[in-house]
Amino acid sequence: MEVDRRGFIKIAGLVVAGLAIPPVFNVFSSTEMPKTLDSETLAEAKWAMVVKLENCKDGCTDCIDACHSIHNVPDFGNPKDEIKWIWTDPYEHVFPEQQSEFTEESLKEKPVLVLCNHCDNAPCTRVCPVKATWKREDGIVMMDFHRCIGCRFCMSACPYGSRSFNWRDPREYIKETNPDFPTRTKGVVEKCNFCAERLRDGLIPACVEACKDNSLVFGNLEDPNSEVSKLIAANYTLRRHSGLGTEPKVYYLRQDSTHA
Amino acid sequence: MYDAGKIITGIVIFLILMTVPIWYVVATGQASYVPDPKVNPDETQCVESTDYMIKNHMVLLDEWKTSCVRDGICTWVASDGETYNTSLAGTCLSSCHPSKAEFCDQCHSYVGIKPYCWNCHISGE
Repeated sequence: MEVDRRGFIKIAGLVVAGLAIPPVFNVFSSTEMPKTLDSETLAEAKWAMVVKLENCKDGCTDCIDACHSIHNVPDFGNPKDEIKWIWTDPYEHVFPEQQSEFTEESLKEKPVLVLCNHCDNAPCTRVCPVKATWKREDGIVMMDFHRCIGCRFCMSACPYGSRSFNWRDPREYIKETNPDFPTRTKGVVEKCNFCAERLRDGLIPACVEACKDNSLVFGNLEDPNSEVSKLIAANYTLRRHSGLGTEPKVYYLRQDSTHA
Repeated sequence: MYDAGKIITGIVIFLILMTVPIWYVVATGQASYVPDPKVNPDETQCVESTDYMIKNHMVLLDEWKTSCVRDGICTWVASDGETYNTSLAGTCLSSCHPSKAEFCDQCHSYVGIKPYCWNCHISGE
């Protein structure tokens, strides 16, 4: 068969067009819906915590112990390697902008409870090159330990020091492991997760549950009748380094005027 | 061929040395070893068919991990309509496959792969 140039181009064009049929057919014949979060699981919440400074007793570590035991937080025994989910720092370090030489003595040295602020505008999530940390719909800044490559950009970005790096395998440094929560491995960053795994089961965070002095309040900022919303609306509250624009969701309350 | 005797002897010695691992495995009876993953005999129902699980358990576990950690959806509907929690320790290992050494490690050790699930997840052993 003699094929001239014109005929050859026609046939070639038809062949190329034919290759496009199966993908187009697949797109239009597909019955499966695209994968989306269904409305039930889409959280309709914005979780926040209020720390009442006046209620928090010096020397009490109930909340810290509860958190660290259920989340398998290791104790390496030295501050350089320390893994921190929830811990205390003196008032003057937590709120350096608030502190002056005339700040009352009792407050200056007061250990203040600090944890990940689960910022609305979280700098850690913006710098993560592999999306191992991201903000959930309900405002929780989550970590995917599977995906973390240990670059520690998030640790540099966090202005609160809320993230810790596992320089060594933490397994041997956990006193008693909780089999329901994974440990971490060497080379992974970790931090407080606002007890996302407990919230899923309808439980409040372990630290809030463990606090006997009603110093910690957890709730939904989207709900104007939640205790956190009411406390924040009725009282003068502080947030750490609020001038940085990270919009922390852990609020500090000096004195609860609503229950005075 | 010059030095044919030396060369042929050398080739024979070389071939014997190269194939020592094969002879060794055959001689020690390891060649007939077949992995024997043990399941709890009281449990008869896996989340999917055995054939599917043998071929795709790693894909399934990866999907579970992604949906639970990233999307917060920690339940999964099997092809028979049953809903399961997407938890390796909670769903798989708790009752049906209680021993990692007798189940997971059987094949993984045989084919020489080391999944890093257990660096973090606790198998209870």
